[in-house]
Amino acid sequence: MIEFEGAGVVVSAADPEAPGRTVARTILEPFSAVLTEQRVAVIGANGSGKSTLARLVNGLRLATTGRVRTLGLDVARQGAAVRSRVGFVFTDPDAQLVMPTAGEDVGLSLRRSVPDAGERATRTREVLDRFGLAGHVDTPVHALSGGQKQLLALAGVLATEPEVLVCDEPTTLLDLRWRRVVDELLDSLDAQVLLVTHDLAAAERAERVLVVDGGHIIFDGDPLAGVAMYAERMAAP
Amino acid sequence: MSRWSVPLGLYQPGTTPVHRLGAGPKLVVLAVLGVALVAWPRWQVAVGGLAFVVAAALLARLRWRDSARGLVPILVLLAVVAAFQTWQRGWEVAVQVSASLFALVLAGTVLTATTPGDRLVDLLVGGVRPLARLGLKPEVFALAVALMLRTIPALLEVFGEARDAARARGLDRQPRAVLVPTAVRTVARAHAVGDALAARGLGE
Repeated sequence: MIEFEGAGVVVSAADPEAPGRTVARTILEPFSAVLTEQRVAVIGANGSGKSTLARLVNGLRLATTGRVRTLGLDVARQGAAVRSRVGFVFTDPDAQLVMPTAGEDVGLSLRRSVPDAGERATRTREVLDRFGLAGHVDTPVHALSGGQKQLLALAGVLATEPEVLVCDEPTTLLDLRWRRVVDELLDSLDAQVLLVTHDLAAAERAERVLVVDGGHIIFDGDPLAGVAMYAERMAAP
Repeated sequence: MSRWSVPLGLYQPGTTPVHRLGAGPKLVVLAVLGVALVAWPRWQVAVGGLAFVVAAALLARLRWRDSARGLVPILVLLAVVAAFQTWQRGWEVAVQVSASLFALVLAGTVLTATTPGDRLVDLLVGGVRPLARLGLKPEVFALAVALMLRTIPALLEVFGEARDAARARGLDRQPRAVLVPTAVRTVARAHAVGDALAARGLGE
């Protein structure tokens, strides 16, 4: 469960009209919502505040007003505990993959939960096998295709069995085939998934949709109605 | 695969004696080699050290096609260093300096190519554990080393992309058109990697 209580984000930014000075800029207007659904989608135009909202969930970005609680934990005060139970998948897997080879990267995720090196190696192979990357244990990360990299990034995150998974446009850089693979994988998860996406079909499959526009949550509710409203708004001149 | 292959950071699986040797002994050999090359700055020692490392690399059956391409920029740099040293201090010093440097780079290549990164991280965590009393977190230290290994090919990729972008715009003769975007993207990438590490709960 994810709870936003008057959560908003204001940052100081350079004042374009007065060089050298800063002004307060609202990235996300304060809003409240309690997300209990298993599949929640967040849609909106580029720069609307979707990613900021997603990052509030695990404390990558802290709310400057209000409060965010994930799985009952205060994100601002118990950030490390939240992040140990919340997975996060980024748009660009290259930034997420830390180790030189696929097996080593999954192994890194497992270090905390599986201290024994031998057992960790076995678990790593099992995880890669589950994600269709069984033949890539020793493959250098940079030698994988974009789709394989995103699958590996997901494998690294899901290896720790998070209770909540936040995905920030995980299929934006993928072709149709890999998009389907990742979509099916996300749909099959038991964890609660908060999906930030430009893929309206994926948003329609969610149980609840938030539409973000200019830092405001302008819609919160039924996916079909939310997607229709967003599409209409984007079509307007 | 990127055409920018690099000498360090890529594990090449195998069953050779060098692969089977533990990470600890290999790291000790690397340290002893480094100390020897610095403590006895003679060309004979440098050439002997280089011959030893080349023998180890042959024994490890490294994929030379990948490694050699990555070593080319270093060889070019060493050729410049050797020419300068020959001019300034004579051929003995040139051989000693360039052979020592190449031996150490090649030794690092052999170590990372024959040792899974996970084992190196385990070894480093164990090695720096006594320093935990001074406030150093062993896992964070090991993670920093692992990141460094991953960052080498990643930065070369960023450089290659910036160079291609400059070429596409007809700016391939302007170093600024390559260096500035490389620097900007490197910083952006560092931010992204920092976020990704935090999101995975690593280093906390």
